[in-house]
Amino acid sequence: MIVEDAICSFCGCLCDDINVEVEEGKIKRVRHACRLGSSKILGHERIKAPMIRRGGELCMVSYQEAYDRAAEILLRAQKPLLYGWASTVCEAQKKGILLAEEVGGVLDSTATVCHGPSVIGIEEKGLPGATLGQVKNRADTIVFWGCNPAEAHPRHSLRYSSNVCGRFTPEGRAGRKIVVVDVRETRTSKNADKTVIIQPGTDYEVISALRMLVAGKGDVVPDEVGGVPKAELDGLAKTLLAARFGAVFFGLGITHSRGRYKNIDNALSLVTELNSHTKFVIMPMRGHYNVGGIGQVLAWSSGFPMSVDFTRNAPYFNPGETAACDLLAKADTDAALIIAADAASNFPRAAVEALAKIPVIQIDPYENPTTLISEVVIPSAIAGVEAEGTAYRMDGMALRMRKLVDTSYPSDEEILSHILESVHRLQRGLER
Amino acid sequence: MISGRTLAQGAGCECKMSPDFLKAVSLCHLSKGDYDALGLCEGKNVQLKNEFGQVVLAPKVDAGLRQGMVFIPMGPWANVLVGPDTGGCGTPQFKGIEVEVEATDASVLEIRDLFRGLRRAQT
Ligand code: SF4
Repeated sequence: MIVEDAICSFCGCLCDDINVEVEEGKIKRVRHACRLGSSKILGHERIKAPMIRRGGELCMVSYQEAYDRAAEILLRAQKPLLYGWASTVCEAQKKGILLAEEVGGVLDSTATVCHGPSVIGIEEKGLPGATLGQVKNRADTIVFWGCNPAEAHPRHSLRYSSNVCGRFTPEGRAGRKIVVVDVRETRTSKNADKTVIIQPGTDYEVISALRMLVAGKGDVVPDEVGGVPKAELDGLAKTLLAARFGAVFFGLGITHSRGRYKNIDNALSLVTELNSHTKFVIMPMRGHYNVGGIGQVLAWSSGFPMSVDFTRNAPYFNPGETAACDLLAKADTDAALIIAADAASNFPRAAVEALAKIPVIQIDPYENPTTLISEVVIPSAIAGVEAEGTAYRMDGMALRMRKLVDTSYPSDEEILSHILESVHRLQRGLER
Repeated sequence: MISGRTLAQGAGCECKMSPDFLKAVSLCHLSKGDYDALGLCEGKNVQLKNEFGQVVLAPKVDAGLRQGMVFIPMGPWANVLVGPDTGGCGTPQFKGIEVEVEATDASVLEIRDLFRGLRRAQT
């Protein structure tokens, strides 16, 4: 059987033209997906059964035992952290928020080690955005700033941006100007008309200089900014101004560097300035396929997009205090549930060491370094492959992911519902 | 030092306990100039060190990098060198980190060894 036009559940591109060949309930071949997508959809060795650590070793247990132990850990904790949520569907995220409210915890997503600064910058300034379809059909000038889609979002250029032919962009790549701004040359810069190499940590200054040049105030710009001669920046400003429809895509090169959310804030101001002269849009290159979704679901249910503290009477958001890495650095959390993310691999070492000191519950299809520091491990179905649900593409479009094959593993949503039931049961027991 | 995604890192990141992931991620990309200046050759590794930790990686020449800059594929090896401070915004600084780099004969730690010694880690 061939499942046509399936959605790839790896990156924020959510490519929806994937053909998946299924034989005897197993995925045999994946067509159209890039290397990242096919390796995810084809899958590999799974965690076999739920486990609980006893005497230092993880021992197999029943699902019910694992749910009960997880509930016990979460209820006993003063301030549990419920972290991850990027590689699962919105329906599971919704259940997670309910669980966080119920046990009085902090819910944070992988955005905090990724596009968190973008989320903050966008909250401050607003986002002059567009759909990827609009970019495909209209953009004649595209800037990739601090991102390398050729390796992180391999089909972005072919489906949505630099190389695709659209309604008003029939010539595709030949009709577009592509600019890359980065601290190094990348596979993406090989496809660019112009690459501007800046010194690391100078994004803020370079963006400020461009704002001045675009606004016609070039006289205040020094001869060199961020290692780039003024004449080169002036040329770039002219390219941006000459666009009829321009798009800026930015990545972790700017959110992870000195300045962090201020860089994003400034980039949004540059796009606002450009919009007084021509049409320009801007978009973060979201990494995990549904990291956008957890932002949306959290925002409509709590009013905040990430790092939400449910231990008070009302949801509270103060990144720097309520974000996962901050909680761990200050030993301000005493248990963690890690779902659809691998905190042990992606957090700074000191945060991982702090995580290893508290009880950790892991919900994931695969063994990874987080398993090595977990107390309870609950294997799940792969959302977007073995379980259906909704996901948000990087441009905020909600897409429905189908189930491609059956599985005996419970979905993230089911697991969270069971833990919630165990929590309720324990609470009733405590009341008695 | 900057860290980020590579194709091989991305393809292996759902399969982190495999030898392929180790090969794809425990790398230190550096310019040809720095490679030569450090006296590196086949079989030699590099040790990177800063106030947050130290880690041994396999060197890889990357023509896209200028001298004085190293790139490490994102993941647990790179994160040994990342500090926990978030500057009030929740996000650690994963890029633009100062590190000292030198040649070494020491070998790269396997993923399980990297997490050994943490209290709850398997023995
Ligand atoms: S670009 Fe992203 S969504 Fe598209 S196939 Fe590759 S990994 Fe999947």
